[in-house]
Amino acid sequence: MQETMRPASPTSRRLSRWMDWLDCRTGLRSLAHRALHEPIPGGPRWAYVFGSGLLYLFLSQAVTGVFLALYYVPSSDHAHTTVSYISKVVASGLFLRSIHAYGATAIVIVLFLHVTQTLLYGSYKRRRELIWLSGCFLLALMLGMAFTGYLLPWDKKAYFATAVGTNILSEVPFIGTPLQQILRGSAQMGTLTLSRFFVLHVFVLPGMLVAFIATHVYLFRKAGPAGTFRENPAESSLHAEMFYPRQLIMDMAASLLIVVALALVAHFYPIRLGPEANASDTAYIPRPEWYYLPIFEWLKKLSGNWSFAGGILLPSLLALVFAAIPFLDRGRERRPWRRPVVVTGFAFFVACYAGLGAMSAHEDASDAIVAAQLARQKQAEIDFMREPFEPEPSNLTPAAVKAPAVSADPLIARGAAIFAAGPCTDCHGDHAQGTDVAPRLIGVGNKFSADRLAFLLHHRTQKMIDGGMPPVNLDQAHTEALVAYLRSLK
Amino acid sequence: MSLQSSLPEGSATGQRRRTFLGFLLAGASGLVSAGLSVPLVRFATFPLRGPSEEASWSDVGKVEEFQSLGAPVARTIRVNQLDGWRRSTMENGVYVVPTGGGSLKVLSSVCPHLGCTVRWTAEKRRFICPCHGGTFDDAGSHIAGPPLRAMDELESKVENNMLKVRFQRFRQLIAEKKPIG
Repeated sequence: MQETMRPASPTSRRLSRWMDWLDCRTGLRSLAHRALHEPIPGGPRWAYVFGSGLLYLFLSQAVTGVFLALYYVPSSDHAHTTVSYISKVVASGLFLRSIHAYGATAIVIVLFLHVTQTLLYGSYKRRRELIWLSGCFLLALMLGMAFTGYLLPWDKKAYFATAVGTNILSEVPFIGTPLQQILRGSAQMGTLTLSRFFVLHVFVLPGMLVAFIATHVYLFRKAGPAGTFRENPAESSLHAEMFYPRQLIMDMAASLLIVVALALVAHFYPIRLGPEANASDTAYIPRPEWYYLPIFEWLKKLSGNWSFAGGILLPSLLALVFAAIPFLDRGRERRPWRRPVVVTGFAFFVACYAGLGAMSAHEDASDAIVAAQLARQKQAEIDFMREPFEPEPSNLTPAAVKAPAVSADPLIARGAAIFAAGPCTDCHGDHAQGTDVAPRLIGVGNKFSADRLAFLLHHRTQKMIDGGMPPVNLDQAHTEALVAYLRSLK
Repeated sequence: MSLQSSLPEGSATGQRRRTFLGFLLAGASGLVSAGLSVPLVRFATFPLRGPSEEASWSDVGKVEEFQSLGAPVARTIRVNQLDGWRRSTMENGVYVVPTGGGSLKVLSSVCPHLGCTVRWTAEKRRFICPCHGGTFDDAGSHIAGPPLRAMDELESKVENNMLKVRFQRFRQLIAEKKPIG
């Protein structure tokens, strides 16, 4: 049965003949037919557009991400320069980076709407439990993408937010510390952390996302759209309307709205890049992205023994209950007002989450010292964006050799600060390179263990005393930092 | 065709409307996609369109060194250039060639054929390219082999007794000397 109408004009006839040729070999028409002729019980609704919106946003992130990778270098000594180059020099660079960064926020917002709609409509019931479960994995993967992508620009904001974020991991019992170190690639944050986050953000998580999106969509198509909450989840009772054209138009309109909104925000409020990560900046107050603020505030409220129960146990339990909703709420009833436990439970969670976020914002705003520092940090970002791009100096020109950068390891950086502030530099030189009166300390870590160095600082040998080395009067924490710095000199 | 004409009128009109709608949607999304691809194309092609930096002058050596030159001599020069987001220093080989009367010219060692490094063979008094046998005389003029032009002369000057050269690359495989970029 040929059901398409052949248009009369020669051009369209040629087009149609070409389509026939293609269809005969690919089955494109039946594929399009199956994609578009999807019965939606109760007809199309604006409430159903969020899934397509997310798919569109994922594609947008993938495309802009691939393009950004044309210039980005995932290494702690180049990452910030290359992001700065993208933002300040490359044509449309700031725009694309803004689309990519704001796209992550947009995904979080649309994910929330998608989950809320599914929950209110009870669309996870009967034959649709696995759609919900695969969706839960997608939610986790997307949050993982947001977390790993945040570090990549390697500015102060990125560095400190990730340092705090990965520190939370160490709270996990038994495997916490190894887990944190595997993720960081070392005990401290550094260039290995950046490589790992890059690999997760660009290869691992996107691969898993594609697999889970395919599963999610396949399962969704297998079960069919759940339709309105008046529809019986087990057997269809409402009149169904096809996906094409009305629902498709709504989906496309929603995606268009997202495109326009993202483009406007990206154009008028481009994302900022702050000064390069520098762990020795002790004044810096890290704040996570707004959608993680409530978690941040929650952790701030917990202390001592409660940090495990509240920081790890409760979120894990909540996540488990959330994933298990289709198995707990099993009745055929889908109308939200007849499912008060699920709906109020979700509403309560959302209210708490939003409340914590508001509390965090309020606390920051009402603490004059914090507010002033946050304002300074914002101003530093604005100032950095105004500065012209500075190309990375060549490593071949002796004149352009960079002064040794302050280590990204906070302990070493602290040690460097102690070294620079103390009388050490007077005799050993600004960079411990040695002077006429005192020896060079570079490479001292190869000669002495950390314990031995700490011991020597407090118990000078006769040779050291004769050489004029004064006694070192530092507590254990400061000694450890100084030793870490000395051992880092290579 | 007979099948379609036998369909009821309403269905055919409905079908036509749906086809039209399909084209409309495809056209609209095509238009939006085209609009979105503009920044992507600008972004990706930026390095090709950006103003290329004026080639900088590199020191070859003190003029005295070349005063009594009887044959071409090889020198390595350092070229500072902007390489995307970094400054880089590249080392390149050039030949300082006496042109009689104490004057000098500087030739690029890049073969105008396919870009191998041309060698000065003193015993034959010839520049010979090791890849495909392009041969040039001691002034860099083409004698034999596949190259279509002479070795490329580089812009040079003497400043404060220092011979300086502006290193450039030229398009290969053509008879004219055309700078790249």
